[in-house]
Amino acid sequence: MIPIENYIWLSTALFTIGVLGVLFRRNAIIVFACIELMLNAVNLLMVAFSSYLNDATGQVFVFFIMAVAAAEVAVGLAILVMMYRNTKSVDIDILNRLKG
Amino acid sequence: MTLYAFYFLSFVAIFSALLVVFSKNPVYSVLYLIITFFAIAGHYILLNAQFLAVVHVIVYAGAIMVLFLYVIMLLNLNEESEPHKNTMVKIAAVFSSGLLLLVLIGSLRGASQLVHKTGGEIGLVQNLGQVLFGEFLFPFEVASILLLAAMVGVVMVGKDEEKNAND
Repeated sequence: MIPIENYIWLSTALFTIGVLGVLFRRNAIIVFACIELMLNAVNLLMVAFSSYLNDATGQVFVFFIMAVAAAEVAVGLAILVMMYRNTKSVDIDILNRLKG
Repeated sequence: MTLYAFYFLSFVAIFSALLVVFSKNPVYSVLYLIITFFAIAGHYILLNAQFLAVVHVIVYAGAIMVLFLYVIMLLNLNEESEPHKNTMVKIAAVFSSGLLLLVLIGSLRGASQLVHKTGGEIGLVQNLGQVLFGEFLFPFEVASILLLAAMVGVVMVGKDEEKNAND
């Protein structure tokens, strides 16, 4: 059996890469993709603990997280398309017009 | 054998996750994200969570990634239209995420001592179905309402903008 530490470090690495992507890139679509990466890191850790503790609740939670992530991506990409139609760009740095 | 499979899948997942962040073309980023998702699905199979592995492939590689690729092709994004951050911001991003990695490693060391028992056959459809439609029936129905609300919201956002574009 693989030690649970391996899954903890793998999830930590994937989550950090997701955070790095959100900070590093300005393309809003890639920022969305990196948010998906972070959600998947958390999902992986939850499945690992659920499997090691022999408790199905964690896997049911992962199922719900997948449903919420699907809804989030659909709404987010629709907002992104609308934003592109108005500004002709997906650069997140030009979205500072809400500043007072 | 299982350990080698774990190391191989982990290497693929982390390497392609790094390529998602660092590749210049958004289409390549999303394709590398698909590879990452397949590697994570392989991890689910290693963890005896077969149902979640199948759902993960269907939902992420089948639905969400197609949505991403459609939007990228709809907006006609490529390497030339890619916005660039200046070098200071990139260095600051790498530095702060490195700090976050340090904090997470420091705080998660020794967390494995919480786990004593080892796995069984809970990841199969039969067990998960009984939990999902027994204990978690109400959240399951709420999730369906959430998906309906998201669908209505997306249609409204798209339709309103279409009308403005025609005016």
